[in-house]
Amino acid sequence: MNIKITKYYYGDIPEETTSSPSSKPNTVDLGWPLWEVFIRSKQGLDHKHAGSLHAADAAMAIENARDVYTRRQEGISIWVIESKHIHASNPDDATMFYEPSADKIYRHPTFYDLPDEIKHM
Amino acid sequence: MFLQEAEKTFQEKIDSEIKIEPKDWMPEAFRKTNLRQISQHAHSEIVGMLPEGNWISRAPSLKRKAILIAKVQDEAGHGLYLYSAAETLGMSREQMVADLNSGKAKYSSIFNYPTLTWADMGAVGWLVDGAAILNQVMLCRTSYGPYARAMVRICKEESFHQRQGFEILLILSKGSKAQREMCQDAINRWWWPSLMMFGPKDSESTNSDQSIKWKIKRKTNDELRQQFVDMIAEQIKLLGMTLPDKDLKWNDKTKHYDFGEINWDEFWNVVKGNGPCNKDRLIARNKAHDEGAWVREAAIAFAEKRKSNINTKAA
Repeated sequence: MNIKITKYYYGDIPEETTSSPSSKPNTVDLGWPLWEVFIRSKQGLDHKHAGSLHAADAAMAIENARDVYTRRQEGISIWVIESKHIHASNPDDATMFYEPSADKIYRHPTFYDLPDEIKHM
Repeated sequence: MFLQEAEKTFQEKIDSEIKIEPKDWMPEAFRKTNLRQISQHAHSEIVGMLPEGNWISRAPSLKRKAILIAKVQDEAGHGLYLYSAAETLGMSREQMVADLNSGKAKYSSIFNYPTLTWADMGAVGWLVDGAAILNQVMLCRTSYGPYARAMVRICKEESFHQRQGFEILLILSKGSKAQREMCQDAINRWWWPSLMMFGPKDSESTNSDQSIKWKIKRKTNDELRQQFVDMIAEQIKLLGMTLPDKDLKWNDKTKHYDFGEINWDEFWNVVKGNGPCNKDRLIARNKAHDEGAWVREAAIAFAEKRKSNINTKAA
């Protein structure tokens, strides 16, 4: 299947086939590493993934996270970790990986059939 | 064979409203379209800082200055959310910035119009952000997870932008004769470019609606544009101003406003780079990038120095 999308939707301007008006060579400079940002929105709650950003080091990552992700008091605590240190499960294995829990319905309280008269349970 | 099977599974996921996440399999065209659209959206936020940044030093009061700074800072934040989402599709931030600065990448043409008076800050907030919000609200339900999440975040913040814009115009509309004229003039200049933001008419297109089928988009350009006209045609009554379109009229049959023909020559001309400010915008972006190079390098050098200090101490 080779679908070529040339329809111009709002927010998606198609690429031109003509050369770019640039006179500059397309040089790309060395960037800062990528960090994942986790934010605790209030005391008593978990830190939750908020997004990512680039920064030279951890201190800068935390400062940038403050500016980017907590401009409206969304957080009281920030964790950052360099993205390369995160290990993730493979979505292709998801079925096999999570399947074993699907047939253990006795792990849920609703599995047990008890009389309605019983209180506080 | 694998490809056909994978594409079928992919479409089934889309049809049953399951979001696509970065590590999931996706057709190459889906990746490409999302990458182009999200990065263009990010560029638009960043370039969009320029026409408003133009008025920070000349805002009429300290209050307006603080609001404008907060708004422009929001646009920078929105750009960052979107760049992060685009990066999950496999293009580096540096490459995206390089493509913007070289003129290869596109951004919304609306930012190639100049902001000539203070009333333009009102018109941009009310009309330009108003048009953008309709698109962004729709995109909160887009099929690519990171894009949808960025949009939810952005929509939460965007409403202040539109409201402060309308308020600027509302105050001008109650002011002196000169202020009222300035208000009307800004509306006159921004109305048609705002309508153009929604892109060409649906009938102009002969291609398949792949973006709709993949639920990247959920509404067509004309649907969004009509929604915008209906909304603004009512809101402007509160300003006691008029929209510069003699054909604008409520249609009792369709229950929508009819409106006049858009100047498509102007539209394509600005898209192709010949708008009033295309060159200025690129020059400004390149200048900022080039002049910031030493800061980026210094930050890396400092981080490395600090790291080696810690290592020496530990040894």
